[in-house]
Amino acid sequence: MVMLGQFIKRELRLLARQKADWLNPLLFFVIVLCLFPLGVGPSPNLLRIMAPGIVWIAALLSVLLAAERLFKDDYRNGVIEQLVAARQPLLSFVLAKLFTNWLSTGLPLVLLSPVVALLLNIDAAGFVALLFTLLLGTPLLSLLGVMGAALTVSADKGGILLALLILPLYIPLLIFASAAMEAATTGMSYHGQLAIMLAMLLFALALIPLAVIGALKLNVS
Amino acid sequence: MFKWLHPYAKPETVYQLCGRFYPWLIALGVVLLLVGNIWGLAFTPADYQQGDSYRIIHIHVPAAIMSMGTYSAMAIAAFIALVWQIKVAQWSVLAIAPVGAIYTAIALITGMAWGKPMWGTWWVWDARLTSELVLLFLYLGVIALSGAFSDRQTGAKAASLLAIVGVINLPIIHFSVEWWNTLHQGASLTKFAKPSIDPSMLWPLLISILAFKVIMLALVCLRLRTAILLNEQHRPWVKNLVEAQ
Repeated sequence: MVMLGQFIKRELRLLARQKADWLNPLLFFVIVLCLFPLGVGPSPNLLRIMAPGIVWIAALLSVLLAAERLFKDDYRNGVIEQLVAARQPLLSFVLAKLFTNWLSTGLPLVLLSPVVALLLNIDAAGFVALLFTLLLGTPLLSLLGVMGAALTVSADKGGILLALLILPLYIPLLIFASAAMEAATTGMSYHGQLAIMLAMLLFALALIPLAVIGALKLNVS
Repeated sequence: MFKWLHPYAKPETVYQLCGRFYPWLIALGVVLLLVGNIWGLAFTPADYQQGDSYRIIHIHVPAAIMSMGTYSAMAIAAFIALVWQIKVAQWSVLAIAPVGAIYTAIALITGMAWGKPMWGTWWVWDARLTSELVLLFLYLGVIALSGAFSDRQTGAKAASLLAIVGVINLPIIHFSVEWWNTLHQGASLTKFAKPSIDPSMLWPLLISILAFKVIMLALVCLRLRTAILLNEQHRPWVKNLVEAQ
């Protein structure tokens, strides 16, 4: 527990020093959102229909962008190697990474959601659904992104590879999140979709840290 | 049982075993494929609804079934590789992946060729089609990851881990895609009901499925032999082998 606190403090300090690491993906998210109306036309009705898909695809891409550099510096300056060599349990390190990654990329997306709703002409019911799906979905995005980053940390061409590995795994989340928003805008109940998203999140939370630890170990051995 | 299995983890033994099996497997596979496909494509009666175009199932269905079977074989090899740290299992993951990817591609392409006359379109976002496409992406991810490291060993281990993550995710992806499709059901094209198959069509189909399986095993044997030689090139037994030839 003490270790976890120390690691979180360290990650937060690093994030405070390297603002570009988490600000650029957010900027990217907003710019992608602005490009869609320019591409498909500014009609409010069209935007309302397409909004769930647009928001979620932009969120996937921006989290992916942030995940790419997650373990790179720690790998290059030997932090991960030292942790493995010192036989420290990697779990608290991984959990700290997960938590700070969500704090710096997932949570800002939740906070940005009013702006998103304005830009894409999402009504009040849709906005509430957007808020809930982002709250439940972004931790899952972080989990999968962290796993991809851990798998590719010592790979020569990490960036695009990470996207290739992780994007197919995002499909269930994309389906349920946009289905929940669609149901909300048509006035239907979307508790079922939220429950499934929560189930997927808990399932991933139980298993993915193990996969991340395994991936980090095999990258330094 | 482990005592009995242990010699089979040795690369040299596996190399020789694969070498012994390969000619038999490839001969059997080709014969079965010829029998199944010629029987299926030329000698079965035409379907009362689909005419002759249904005949593509003798290639499409075996490829689709084996694309999934091959993925589970790969995941089992990956599990063995990570849990017991057996190198031959790591290499077999990489030997299996491209074969499975090709089978998936064959299933998709033949399916599209059949969909054009039957459904009037090359592609519909049907649940089964989408799952198969995602399966192809998962195969390509495993192949891409294994090639991305300067150290072959790390690449093989990372690919094994991804294969296991993929096999846990596949059912989730499959059922969510199925759910998504039923929610979006608009096209009546996908409501096509398959007539339950007549025995005269079933037998060539079963033979073709067996043929695809045997050919997969043969190709994996061949690829595994190459992988063993590549990874063990510094070992004395490989040097002796090369000098002997």
